[in-house]
Amino acid sequence: MPNVARHPSRVTRHALPYFPGCALKDQAGHFEASAMAAMEALGWELSELPRWNCCGTVYSLASDDLMRHLGPVRNLVRVQELGESRLITLCAMCYNTLRRSSQFVGADPERLERINAFMDEEPDYQGGVEVLHLLQFLRDEVGFEEIAAKVKRPLDGLRVAPYYGCMLLRPREVGIDAPDSPGVMEGLLSALGAEPVDFPQKAECCGAYLTVTDPEIARERVEGIVSAARRAGAEIIATSCPLCQFNLEHHQADDASPVTRHASPVTVVYFTQLLALALGVPGDKLGFERLRFDPRPHLAERELV
Amino acid sequence: MPEIMDRIKEANRAVTTGIDDSAVKHWVTVYIMGKGYRVPADITIMQAMEYAGYRFVRGAGCRAGFCGACATVYRTAGDWRLKTALACQTRVEDGMFLVQIPFTPAEKPSYDITKESLDGTPLLKYFPEVARCVACNTCTKACPQDLEVMDAIQAALRGDLEEVTELSFDCIQCGLCAMRCPAEITHYHVAQLARRLYGRALPVPQHVLARVEEIEAGKYEEGFQKLLSMSREELYKKEQREKGGLATRDASRVTRNGQGEG
Repeated sequence: MPNVARHPSRVTRHALPYFPGCALKDQAGHFEASAMAAMEALGWELSELPRWNCCGTVYSLASDDLMRHLGPVRNLVRVQELGESRLITLCAMCYNTLRRSSQFVGADPERLERINAFMDEEPDYQGGVEVLHLLQFLRDEVGFEEIAAKVKRPLDGLRVAPYYGCMLLRPREVGIDAPDSPGVMEGLLSALGAEPVDFPQKAECCGAYLTVTDPEIARERVEGIVSAARRAGAEIIATSCPLCQFNLEHHQADDASPVTRHASPVTVVYFTQLLALALGVPGDKLGFERLRFDPRPHLAERELV
Repeated sequence: MPEIMDRIKEANRAVTTGIDDSAVKHWVTVYIMGKGYRVPADITIMQAMEYAGYRFVRGAGCRAGFCGACATVYRTAGDWRLKTALACQTRVEDGMFLVQIPFTPAEKPSYDITKESLDGTPLLKYFPEVARCVACNTCTKACPQDLEVMDAIQAALRGDLEEVTELSFDCIQCGLCAMRCPAEITHYHVAQLARRLYGRALPVPQHVLARVEEIEAGKYEEGFQKLLSMSREELYKKEQREKGGLATRDASRVTRNGQGEG
Protein backbone atom coordinates (compact mmCIF):
# COMPACT_ATOMS: atom_id res chain seq x y z
CA MET A 1 0.00 0.00 0.00
CA PRO A 2 1.18 3.53 -0.64
CA ASN A 3 2.39 4.80 2.67
CA VAL A 4 0.52 8.02 3.15
CA ALA A 5 1.81 10.30 5.82
CA ARG A 6 -1.06 11.85 7.71
CA HIS A 7 -0.24 15.07 9.40
CA PRO A 8 -2.40 17.23 11.57
CA SER A 9 -3.86 20.05 9.54
CA ARG A 10 -3.69 22.33 12.57
CA VAL A 11 -0.64 24.47 12.18
CA THR A 12 1.37 24.88 15.35
CA ARG A 13 4.01 27.50 16.05
CA HIS A 14 6.87 25.73 14.34
CA ALA A 15 4.73 24.00 11.73
CA LEU A 16 5.00 25.09 8.15
CA PRO A 17 2.32 24.46 5.51
CA TYR A 18 4.01 22.14 3.10
CA PHE A 19 3.11 21.03 -0.42
CA PRO A 20 4.40 17.54 -1.27
CA GLY A 21 3.31 17.05 -4.90
CA CYS A 22 2.55 13.75 -6.57
CA ALA A 23 6.10 12.45 -7.07
CA LEU A 24 6.88 12.78 -3.37
CA LYS A 25 3.92 10.55 -2.58
CA ASP A 26 5.12 7.95 -5.00
CA GLN A 27 8.58 7.40 -6.52
CA ALA A 28 10.25 10.10 -4.44
CA GLY A 29 8.86 9.13 -1.04
CA HIS A 30 12.38 9.20 0.38
CA PHE A 31 12.72 12.86 -0.59
CA GLU A 32 9.74 13.70 1.61
CA ALA A 33 10.70 11.37 4.45
CA SER A 34 14.25 12.75 4.64
CA ALA A 35 13.02 16.36 4.48
CA MET A 36 10.54 15.78 7.29
CA ALA A 37 13.16 14.09 9.45
CA ALA A 38 15.68 16.87 8.79
CA MET A 39 13.21 19.63 9.60
CA GLU A 40 12.19 17.87 12.79
CA ALA A 41 15.85 17.76 13.81
CA LEU A 42 15.97 21.51 13.20
CA GLY A 43 12.87 22.11 15.32
CA TRP A 44 10.34 22.64 12.54
CA GLU A 45 7.46 20.57 11.33
CA LEU A 46 6.48 20.29 7.69
CA SER A 47 2.70 20.09 7.92
CA GLU A 48 1.10 18.64 4.81
CA LEU A 49 -1.36 20.99 3.17
CA PRO A 50 -4.90 19.60 3.48
CA ARG A 51 -6.68 18.67 0.25
CA TRP A 52 -3.82 19.68 -2.03
CA ASN A 53 -3.98 18.86 -5.72
CA CYS A 54 -1.37 18.45 -8.45
CA CYS A 55 0.64 21.67 -8.79
CA GLY A 56 -0.33 21.86 -12.45
CA THR A 57 2.87 20.57 -14.06
CA VAL A 58 4.18 22.06 -16.23
CA TYR A 59 3.66 25.81 -15.82
CA SER A 60 1.49 26.97 -18.71
CA LEU A 61 3.08 29.57 -20.95
CA ALA A 62 -0.19 30.37 -22.74
CA SER A 63 -1.10 33.69 -21.18
CA ASP A 64 -4.81 33.35 -21.98
CA ASP A 65 -5.26 29.74 -20.86
CA LEU A 66 -6.47 30.53 -17.36
CA MET A 67 -7.84 27.01 -16.89
CA ARG A 68 -4.25 25.81 -16.41
CA HIS A 69 -3.87 28.08 -13.40
CA LEU A 70 -6.84 26.65 -11.52
CA GLY A 71 -4.81 23.82 -10.03
CA PRO A 72 -2.01 25.98 -8.64
CA VAL A 73 -4.41 28.70 -7.44
CA ARG A 74 -6.58 26.14 -5.69
CA ASN A 75 -3.55 25.07 -3.64
CA LEU A 76 -2.96 28.68 -2.66
CA VAL A 77 -6.61 28.86 -1.54
CA ARG A 78 -5.94 25.90 0.77
CA VAL A 79 -3.06 27.84 2.36
CA GLN A 80 -5.33 30.84 2.75
CA GLU A 81 -7.95 28.64 4.43
CA LEU A 82 -5.37 27.71 7.07
CA GLY A 83 -4.85 31.39 7.80
CA GLU A 84 -1.27 31.06 6.59
CA SER A 85 0.61 33.15 4.07
CA ARG A 86 3.38 30.93 2.83
CA LEU A 87 3.83 27.48 1.42
CA ILE A 88 6.98 25.35 1.50
CA THR A 89 7.77 23.12 -1.46
CA LEU A 90 10.43 20.45 -1.98
CA CYS A 91 9.98 19.33 -5.57
CA ALA A 92 11.65 21.88 -7.84
CA MET A 93 8.95 21.46 -10.48
CA CYS A 94 6.11 22.07 -8.01
CA TYR A 95 8.00 25.08 -6.65
CA ASN A 96 8.36 26.53 -10.12
CA THR A 97 4.76 25.93 -11.20
CA LEU A 98 3.19 27.19 -7.97
CA ARG A 99 5.45 30.22 -7.63
CA ARG A 100 5.03 31.31 -11.24
CA SER A 101 1.31 30.82 -11.11
CA SER A 102 1.03 32.86 -7.92
CA GLN A 103 2.99 35.64 -9.61
CA PHE A 104 0.94 35.33 -12.79
CA VAL A 105 -2.35 35.93 -10.99
CA GLY A 106 -0.78 38.44 -8.62
CA ALA A 107 0.44 40.57 -11.52
CA ASP A 108 -2.99 41.15 -13.02
CA PRO A 109 -6.15 41.53 -10.93
CA GLU A 110 -8.30 40.78 -13.96
CA ARG A 111 -6.82 37.31 -14.37
CA LEU A 112 -7.45 36.52 -10.74
CA GLU A 113 -10.96 37.88 -10.97
CA ARG A 114 -11.72 35.62 -13.91
CA ILE A 115 -10.33 32.58 -12.11
CA ASN A 116 -12.32 33.38 -8.98
CA ALA A 117 -15.43 33.89 -11.10
CA PHE A 118 -14.94 30.51 -12.70
CA MET A 119 -14.55 28.80 -9.32
CA ASP A 120 -17.89 30.46 -8.59
CA GLU A 121 -19.29 29.29 -5.24
CA GLU A 122 -15.87 28.23 -3.97
CA PRO A 123 -13.77 30.61 -1.84
CA ASP A 124 -11.93 33.31 -3.79
CA TYR A 125 -8.16 33.46 -3.79
CA GLN A 126 -7.28 36.79 -2.21
CA GLY A 127 -3.66 36.75 -3.34
CA GLY A 128 -0.59 37.17 -1.21
CA VAL A 129 0.46 33.58 -0.50
CA GLU A 130 4.20 33.21 -0.92
CA VAL A 131 5.56 30.00 -2.38
CA LEU A 132 8.99 29.08 -1.04
CA HIS A 133 11.41 26.29 -1.73
CA LEU A 134 12.85 24.57 1.32
CA LEU A 135 16.36 25.70 0.32
CA GLN A 136 15.21 29.33 0.56
CA PHE A 137 13.70 28.72 3.96
CA LEU A 138 16.86 27.01 5.21
CA ARG A 139 19.04 29.85 3.94
CA ASP A 140 16.88 32.85 4.85
CA GLU A 141 15.01 31.79 7.94
CA VAL A 142 16.85 28.96 9.64
CA GLY A 143 20.30 30.12 8.53
CA PHE A 144 23.28 28.02 7.56
CA GLU A 145 25.13 28.93 10.79
CA GLU A 146 22.27 27.59 12.84
CA ILE A 147 22.23 24.43 10.74
CA ALA A 148 26.01 24.02 11.10
CA ALA A 149 25.59 24.31 14.87
CA LYS A 150 23.09 21.46 14.84
CA VAL A 151 25.17 19.09 12.72
CA LYS A 152 25.80 15.92 14.69
CA ARG A 153 27.53 13.94 12.00
CA PRO A 154 29.69 16.22 9.78
CA LEU A 155 29.90 14.92 6.24
CA ASP A 156 33.67 14.89 6.54
CA GLY A 157 34.67 16.39 3.25
CA LEU A 158 32.32 14.26 1.15
CA ARG A 159 32.62 15.68 -2.36
CA VAL A 160 29.12 16.56 -3.47
CA ALA A 161 28.18 18.21 -6.76
CA PRO A 162 25.04 20.33 -6.27
CA TYR A 163 22.92 20.00 -9.38
CA TYR A 164 20.24 22.71 -9.69
CA GLY A 165 18.75 21.99 -13.09
CA CYS A 166 16.26 24.55 -14.40
CA MET A 167 13.30 24.82 -12.13
CA LEU A 168 14.93 26.37 -9.06
CA LEU A 169 16.61 29.08 -11.09
CA ARG A 170 14.61 29.99 -14.17
CA PRO A 171 13.01 32.23 -15.10
CA ARG A 172 14.89 34.82 -13.09
CA GLU A 173 11.68 36.15 -11.47
CA VAL A 174 11.21 32.91 -9.57
CA GLY A 175 14.86 31.88 -9.18
CA ILE A 176 15.80 31.07 -5.60
CA ASP A 177 19.34 32.20 -6.42
CA ALA A 178 21.43 33.81 -9.17
CA PRO A 179 20.43 31.85 -12.31
CA ASP A 180 23.99 31.75 -13.70
CA SER A 181 25.96 31.22 -10.55
CA PRO A 182 23.80 29.81 -7.76
CA GLY A 183 25.35 29.11 -4.40
CA VAL A 184 22.58 28.15 -2.02
CA MET A 185 23.18 24.39 -2.15
CA GLU A 186 26.93 24.97 -1.88
CA GLY A 187 26.29 27.02 1.26
CA LEU A 188 24.16 24.29 2.76
CA LEU A 189 26.58 21.51 1.88
CA SER A 190 29.47 23.46 3.41
CA ALA A 191 27.45 23.91 6.60
CA LEU A 192 27.04 20.13 6.72
CA GLY A 193 30.77 19.57 6.48
CA ALA A 194 30.74 18.40 2.87
CA GLU A 195 32.94 19.76 0.14
CA PRO A 196 30.75 21.28 -2.57
CA VAL A 197 32.09 20.51 -6.02
CA ASP A 198 31.62 23.25 -8.58
CA PHE A 199 31.02 22.18 -12.16
CA PRO A 200 29.88 24.19 -15.17
CA GLN A 201 26.78 22.09 -15.92
CA LYS A 202 25.13 22.54 -12.54
CA ALA A 203 22.33 24.72 -13.91
CA GLU A 204 21.81 22.97 -17.22
CA CYS A 205 18.69 21.11 -18.21
CA CYS A 206 18.59 17.34 -17.62
CA GLY A 207 16.34 16.78 -20.64
CA ALA A 208 13.19 16.80 -18.54
CA TYR A 209 10.19 15.15 -20.20
CA LEU A 210 12.10 14.54 -23.42
CA THR A 211 13.14 11.41 -21.60
CA VAL A 212 9.73 10.07 -22.72
CA THR A 213 9.44 11.41 -26.25
CA ASP A 214 13.07 11.71 -27.32
CA PRO A 215 15.27 9.83 -24.83
CA GLU A 216 18.40 10.32 -26.91
CA ILE A 217 18.37 14.04 -26.17
CA ALA A 218 17.94 13.44 -22.45
CA ARG A 219 20.76 10.91 -22.54
CA GLU A 220 23.09 13.44 -24.15
CA ARG A 221 22.17 16.03 -21.54
CA VAL A 222 22.80 13.59 -18.72
CA GLU A 223 26.10 12.52 -20.22
CA GLY A 224 27.31 16.12 -20.21
CA ILE A 225 26.16 16.76 -16.67
CA VAL A 226 27.39 13.58 -15.05
CA SER A 227 30.73 13.54 -16.88
CA ALA A 228 31.42 17.12 -15.83
CA ALA A 229 30.55 16.37 -12.22
CA ARG A 230 32.79 13.31 -12.27
CA ARG A 231 35.68 15.21 -13.83
CA ALA A 232 35.35 17.83 -11.11
CA GLY A 233 35.82 15.09 -8.55
CA ALA A 234 32.27 14.57 -7.30
CA GLU A 235 31.49 11.38 -5.41
CA ILE A 236 27.80 12.18 -5.20
CA ILE A 237 25.38 14.48 -7.03
CA ALA A 238 22.68 16.21 -4.97
CA THR A 239 19.43 17.47 -6.47
CA SER A 240 16.02 18.85 -5.51
CA CYS A 241 14.00 17.63 -8.46
CA PRO A 242 12.45 14.16 -8.81
CA LEU A 243 12.54 14.45 -12.61
CA CYS A 244 16.26 15.42 -12.65
CA GLN A 245 16.92 12.64 -10.17
CA PHE A 246 15.14 10.13 -12.40
CA ASN A 247 16.89 11.26 -15.57
CA LEU A 248 20.34 11.38 -14.03
CA GLU A 249 19.92 7.85 -12.71
CA HIS A 250 18.01 6.39 -15.64
CA HIS A 251 20.42 7.47 -18.36
CA GLN A 252 23.39 6.17 -16.44
CA ALA A 253 21.73 2.82 -15.84
CA ASP A 254 21.01 2.10 -19.49
CA ASP A 255 23.50 -0.44 -20.84
CA ALA A 256 23.84 1.54 -24.04
CA SER A 257 24.58 4.70 -22.12
CA PRO A 258 27.75 6.52 -23.13
CA VAL A 259 27.71 8.04 -19.65
CA THR A 260 28.84 4.85 -17.97
CA ARG A 261 30.86 3.35 -20.80
CA HIS A 262 34.18 4.40 -19.33
CA ALA A 263 33.41 4.97 -15.70
CA SER A 264 31.18 3.78 -12.91
CA PRO A 265 27.90 5.66 -12.38
CA VAL A 266 27.69 8.61 -10.02
CA THR A 267 25.05 8.28 -7.33
CA VAL A 268 22.30 10.92 -7.31
CA VAL A 269 20.69 11.79 -3.97
CA TYR A 270 18.21 14.39 -2.74
CA PHE A 271 19.88 17.17 -0.80
CA THR A 272 17.55 16.46 2.11
CA GLN A 273 19.03 12.97 2.49
CA LEU A 274 22.45 14.49 3.16
CA LEU A 275 20.94 17.19 5.37
CA ALA A 276 19.10 14.66 7.53
CA LEU A 277 22.13 12.39 7.72
CA ALA A 278 24.34 15.23 8.94
CA LEU A 279 21.72 16.25 11.50
CA GLY A 280 21.93 12.81 13.03
CA VAL A 281 18.94 11.01 11.50
CA PRO A 282 19.87 7.32 11.21
CA GLY A 283 20.98 6.42 7.67
CA ASP A 284 18.55 3.50 7.46
CA LYS A 285 15.60 5.93 7.71
CA LEU A 286 16.61 7.98 4.69
CA GLY A 287 15.66 5.71 1.83
CA PHE A 288 19.18 5.30 0.39
CA GLU A 289 18.17 1.78 -0.60
CA ARG A 290 15.56 3.25 -2.96
CA LEU A 291 18.23 4.92 -5.08
CA ARG A 292 19.44 3.11 -8.14
CA PHE A 293 23.09 3.70 -7.25
CA ASP A 294 23.56 3.18 -3.56
CA PRO A 295 25.54 6.05 -1.96
CA ARG A 296 26.19 4.07 1.19
CA PRO A 297 29.63 2.76 0.13
CA HIS A 298 30.78 6.40 -0.18
CA LEU A 299 29.15 7.26 3.11
CA ALA A 300 30.53 4.17 4.83
CA GLU A 301 34.07 5.13 3.85
CA ARG A 302 33.62 8.12 6.14
CA GLU A 303 31.73 6.12 8.74
CA LEU A 304 28.57 8.15 8.11
CA VAL A 305 26.36 5.07 7.89
CA MET B 1 -48.11 -16.32 -20.80
CA PRO B 2 -51.00 -13.88 -20.62
CA GLU B 3 -50.55 -13.73 -16.87
CA ILE B 4 -46.87 -12.85 -17.24
CA MET B 5 -47.70 -10.16 -19.80
CA ASP B 6 -50.19 -8.66 -17.38
CA ARG B 7 -47.58 -8.60 -14.66
CA ILE B 8 -45.07 -6.89 -16.97
CA LYS B 9 -47.67 -4.35 -17.96
CA GLU B 10 -48.47 -3.71 -14.34
CA ALA B 11 -44.81 -3.35 -13.47
CA ASN B 12 -44.32 -0.78 -16.25
CA ARG B 13 -47.19 1.40 -15.12
CA ALA B 14 -45.92 4.89 -14.45
CA VAL B 15 -46.16 6.00 -10.86
CA THR B 16 -48.25 8.95 -11.94
CA THR B 17 -50.84 6.84 -13.70
CA GLY B 18 -54.28 7.55 -12.40
CA ILE B 19 -53.66 11.02 -10.95
CA ASP B 20 -56.89 12.93 -11.08
CA ASP B 21 -55.98 16.30 -12.60
CA SER B 22 -58.83 18.04 -10.82
CA ALA B 23 -57.25 17.07 -7.50
CA VAL B 24 -53.99 18.81 -8.35
CA LYS B 25 -53.88 22.35 -6.96
CA HIS B 26 -50.44 23.46 -8.07
CA TRP B 27 -48.93 23.12 -11.48
CA VAL B 28 -45.55 23.93 -12.95
CA THR B 29 -44.29 24.08 -16.52
CA VAL B 30 -41.17 22.11 -17.40
CA TYR B 31 -39.40 21.80 -20.76
CA ILE B 32 -38.44 18.22 -21.50
CA MET B 33 -35.97 18.22 -24.36
CA GLY B 34 -37.31 21.65 -25.26
CA LYS B 35 -41.02 20.86 -25.31
CA GLY B 36 -43.14 22.42 -22.58
CA TYR B 37 -45.42 20.36 -20.34
CA ARG B 38 -47.67 21.35 -17.46
CA VAL B 39 -47.11 18.86 -14.67
CA PRO B 40 -48.20 18.70 -11.03
CA ALA B 41 -45.86 20.58 -8.70
CA ASP B 42 -44.00 18.58 -6.08
CA ILE B 43 -43.47 15.47 -8.16
CA THR B 44 -39.98 14.32 -9.14
CA ILE B 45 -38.38 14.87 -12.52
CA MET B 46 -38.83 11.20 -13.27
CA GLN B 47 -42.50 11.27 -12.31
CA ALA B 48 -42.97 14.44 -14.36
CA MET B 49 -41.53 12.79 -17.45
CA GLU B 50 -43.82 9.84 -16.97
CA TYR B 51 -46.74 12.18 -16.41
CA ALA B 52 -45.85 13.85 -19.71
CA GLY B 53 -46.05 10.50 -21.42
CA TYR B 54 -42.50 9.20 -21.47
CA ARG B 55 -41.85 5.59 -20.59
CA PHE B 56 -38.42 4.59 -19.39
CA VAL B 57 -36.69 1.70 -21.06
CA ARG B 58 -33.28 2.95 -19.89
CA GLY B 59 -32.50 5.73 -17.47
CA ALA B 60 -34.61 4.43 -14.61
CA GLY B 61 -33.74 1.89 -11.99
CA CYS B 62 -34.29 1.71 -8.27
CA ARG B 63 -36.24 4.99 -8.06
CA ALA B 64 -34.75 5.43 -4.62
CA GLY B 65 -31.50 7.28 -5.29
CA PHE B 66 -29.21 4.28 -5.02
CA CYS B 67 -28.64 2.87 -8.47
CA GLY B 68 -27.47 5.91 -10.41
CA ALA B 69 -29.44 5.07 -13.55
CA CYS B 70 -31.39 8.33 -13.85
CA ALA B 71 -28.71 10.97 -14.32
CA THR B 72 -30.30 14.23 -15.39
CA VAL B 73 -29.00 17.62 -16.48
CA TYR B 74 -31.13 20.72 -16.29
CA ARG B 75 -31.23 24.46 -15.99
CA THR B 76 -33.67 26.50 -13.99
CA ALA B 77 -35.27 29.78 -14.97
CA GLY B 78 -32.95 32.76 -14.77
CA ASP B 79 -29.83 30.75 -13.90
CA TRP B 80 -26.97 30.10 -16.31
CA ARG B 81 -25.63 27.17 -14.31
CA LEU B 82 -25.97 23.69 -15.77
CA LYS B 83 -27.24 21.58 -12.90
CA THR B 84 -27.16 17.87 -12.37
CA ALA B 85 -29.30 15.49 -10.36
CA LEU B 86 -30.88 12.09 -10.13
CA ALA B 87 -34.31 12.31 -11.74
CA CYS B 88 -35.90 10.12 -9.07
CA GLN B 89 -34.64 12.31 -6.24
CA THR B 90 -35.25 15.83 -7.49
CA ARG B 91 -38.49 17.77 -7.63
CA VAL B 92 -39.54 19.69 -10.69
CA GLU B 93 -39.39 23.46 -10.62
CA ASP B 94 -41.33 25.90 -12.72
CA GLY B 95 -39.36 26.83 -15.83
CA MET B 96 -36.96 23.91 -15.67
CA PHE B 97 -35.24 22.77 -18.86
CA LEU B 98 -34.18 19.16 -18.61
CA VAL B 99 -33.08 16.00 -20.29
CA GLN B 100 -32.14 12.61 -18.94
CA ILE B 101 -28.80 10.99 -19.75
CA PRO B 102 -29.54 7.28 -19.97
CA PHE B 103 -25.92 6.20 -20.37
CA THR B 104 -22.42 7.65 -20.22
CA PRO B 105 -20.33 6.25 -23.04
CA ALA B 106 -17.02 5.00 -21.68
CA GLU B 107 -14.83 2.06 -22.40
CA LYS B 108 -14.46 -0.09 -19.35
CA PRO B 109 -10.98 -1.57 -19.47
CA SER B 110 -10.79 -5.21 -18.55
CA TYR B 111 -8.16 -6.26 -16.08
CA ASP B 112 -7.42 -9.26 -13.93
CA ILE B 113 -7.40 -7.76 -10.48
CA THR B 114 -5.35 -10.66 -9.12
CA LYS B 115 -2.52 -9.81 -11.51
CA GLU B 116 -2.27 -6.08 -10.85
CA SER B 117 0.20 -4.50 -8.46
CA LEU B 118 -1.58 -3.28 -5.34
CA ASP B 119 -0.46 0.32 -5.58
CA GLY B 120 -1.32 3.33 -7.69
CA THR B 121 0.41 2.07 -10.84
CA PRO B 122 -2.61 0.33 -12.45
CA LEU B 123 -4.67 3.54 -12.17
CA LEU B 124 -2.42 5.45 -14.55
CA LYS B 125 -1.79 2.37 -16.67
CA TYR B 126 -5.49 1.95 -17.49
CA PHE B 127 -6.50 5.58 -17.13
CA PRO B 128 -3.57 7.75 -18.23
CA GLU B 129 -6.04 10.59 -18.86
CA VAL B 130 -6.17 11.08 -15.08
CA ALA B 131 -3.00 13.13 -15.55
CA ARG B 132 -5.03 15.57 -17.69
CA CYS B 133 -6.92 16.81 -14.61
CA VAL B 134 -6.57 20.59 -14.28
CA ALA B 135 -8.31 20.68 -10.89
CA CYS B 136 -11.27 22.68 -12.22
CA ASN B 137 -13.60 20.92 -9.75
CA THR B 138 -16.43 20.64 -12.27
CA CYS B 139 -16.80 16.93 -11.46
CA THR B 140 -17.33 17.70 -7.79
CA LYS B 141 -20.00 20.25 -8.64
CA ALA B 142 -21.74 17.70 -10.89
CA CYS B 143 -21.89 14.91 -8.31
CA PRO B 144 -25.45 14.23 -7.09
CA GLN B 145 -23.95 12.35 -4.15
CA ASP B 146 -21.98 15.45 -3.06
CA LEU B 147 -18.70 13.55 -3.18
CA GLU B 148 -15.35 15.32 -3.45
CA VAL B 149 -14.75 13.83 -6.88
CA MET B 150 -11.82 16.04 -7.85
CA ASP B 151 -10.01 15.22 -4.62
CA ALA B 152 -10.49 11.53 -5.43
CA ILE B 153 -9.00 11.95 -8.91
CA GLN B 154 -6.11 13.92 -7.45
CA ALA B 155 -5.54 11.12 -4.95
CA ALA B 156 -5.60 8.65 -7.86
CA LEU B 157 -2.97 10.72 -9.64
CA ARG B 158 -0.59 10.25 -6.73
CA GLY B 159 -1.51 6.61 -6.22
CA ASP B 160 -3.25 6.99 -2.87
CA LEU B 161 -5.67 4.05 -3.03
CA GLU B 162 -6.94 4.50 0.50
CA GLU B 163 -7.92 8.12 -0.10
CA VAL B 164 -9.66 7.32 -3.41
CA THR B 165 -11.57 4.53 -1.68
CA GLU B 166 -12.66 6.72 1.21
CA LEU B 167 -13.70 9.61 -1.03
CA SER B 168 -15.53 7.50 -3.61
CA PHE B 169 -17.20 4.93 -1.38
CA ASP B 170 -20.69 6.38 -1.94
CA CYS B 171 -20.28 6.65 -5.73
CA ILE B 172 -23.33 5.31 -7.56
CA GLN B 173 -21.66 5.47 -10.98
CA CYS B 174 -24.24 7.75 -12.55
CA GLY B 175 -21.55 9.13 -14.89
CA LEU B 176 -22.38 12.82 -14.52
CA CYS B 177 -18.81 13.68 -13.48
CA ALA B 178 -17.46 12.04 -16.63
CA MET B 179 -19.96 13.87 -18.82
CA ARG B 180 -18.87 17.23 -17.41
CA CYS B 181 -15.10 16.69 -17.25
CA PRO B 182 -13.05 18.89 -19.60
CA ALA B 183 -10.16 16.41 -19.29
CA GLU B 184 -12.45 13.54 -20.37
CA ILE B 185 -11.71 11.40 -17.34
CA THR B 186 -14.08 8.56 -16.42
CA HIS B 187 -13.90 9.15 -12.70
CA TYR B 188 -16.24 6.34 -11.67
CA HIS B 189 -14.23 3.67 -13.51
CA VAL B 190 -10.99 5.02 -12.01
CA ALA B 191 -12.45 5.01 -8.52
CA GLN B 192 -13.87 1.53 -8.93
CA LEU B 193 -10.46 0.16 -9.90
CA ALA B 194 -8.92 1.95 -6.91
CA ARG B 195 -11.47 0.41 -4.55
CA ARG B 196 -10.87 -3.05 -5.99
CA LEU B 197 -7.11 -2.72 -5.60
CA TYR B 198 -7.50 -1.35 -2.11
CA GLY B 199 -9.92 -4.12 -1.23
CA ARG B 200 -7.38 -6.69 -2.31
CA ALA B 201 -4.67 -5.01 -0.30
CA LEU B 202 -6.74 -5.27 2.87
CA PRO B 203 -6.59 -8.42 5.00
CA VAL B 204 -9.13 -11.04 3.88
CA PRO B 205 -12.25 -10.56 6.06
CA GLN B 206 -12.90 -13.96 7.61
CA HIS B 207 -16.51 -13.20 8.54
CA VAL B 208 -17.34 -12.46 4.90
CA LEU B 209 -15.82 -15.76 3.78
CA ALA B 210 -17.85 -17.58 6.41
CA ARG B 211 -21.03 -15.88 5.22
CA VAL B 212 -20.31 -16.66 1.57
CA GLU B 213 -19.83 -20.28 2.53
CA GLU B 214 -23.18 -20.30 4.33
CA ILE B 215 -24.93 -18.79 1.34
CA GLU B 216 -23.33 -21.19 -1.10
CA ALA B 217 -24.39 -24.08 1.13
CA GLY B 218 -27.98 -22.93 0.59
CA LYS B 219 -28.77 -21.43 3.97
CA TYR B 220 -31.19 -18.87 2.51
CA GLU B 221 -32.60 -20.87 -0.41
CA GLU B 222 -35.73 -21.97 1.34
CA GLY B 223 -36.52 -18.51 2.64
CA PHE B 224 -36.03 -16.90 -0.77
CA GLN B 225 -38.19 -19.49 -2.50
CA LYS B 226 -40.94 -18.86 0.03
CA LEU B 227 -40.78 -15.08 -0.53
CA LEU B 228 -40.70 -15.44 -4.31
CA SER B 229 -43.78 -17.63 -4.31
CA MET B 230 -45.87 -15.14 -2.33
CA SER B 231 -48.31 -12.79 -4.00
CA ARG B 232 -48.12 -9.04 -3.56
CA GLU B 233 -51.02 -9.05 -1.08
CA GLU B 234 -49.42 -11.79 0.97
CA LEU B 235 -46.14 -9.87 1.04
CA TYR B 236 -47.92 -6.75 2.20
CA LYS B 237 -49.69 -8.63 4.97
CA LYS B 238 -46.41 -10.18 6.03
CA GLU B 239 -44.82 -6.75 6.23
CA GLN B 240 -47.68 -5.50 8.37
CA ARG B 241 -47.43 -8.50 10.70
CA GLU B 242 -43.71 -8.00 11.11
CA LYS B 243 -44.25 -4.39 12.03
CA GLY B 244 -46.27 -5.72 14.95
CA GLY B 245 -49.40 -3.74 14.24
CA LEU B 246 -47.59 -0.41 14.57
CA ALA B 247 -47.86 0.24 10.84
CA THR B 248 -49.85 3.25 9.86
CA ARG B 249 -49.38 3.11 6.11
CA ASP B 250 -52.44 2.96 4.00
CA ALA B 251 -52.26 -0.01 1.66
CA SER B 252 -53.99 1.90 -1.12
CA ARG B 253 -51.21 4.50 -1.21
CA VAL B 254 -48.41 2.05 -1.73
CA THR B 255 -47.20 2.17 -5.28
CA ARG B 256 -45.42 -0.53 -7.15
CA ASN B 257 -42.01 0.79 -6.22
CA GLY B 258 -42.80 0.82 -2.54
CA GLN B 259 -42.70 4.59 -2.23
CA GLY B 260 -45.56 6.51 -0.75
CA GLU B 261 -47.16 8.93 -3.17
CA GLY B 262 -48.82 12.27 -2.80
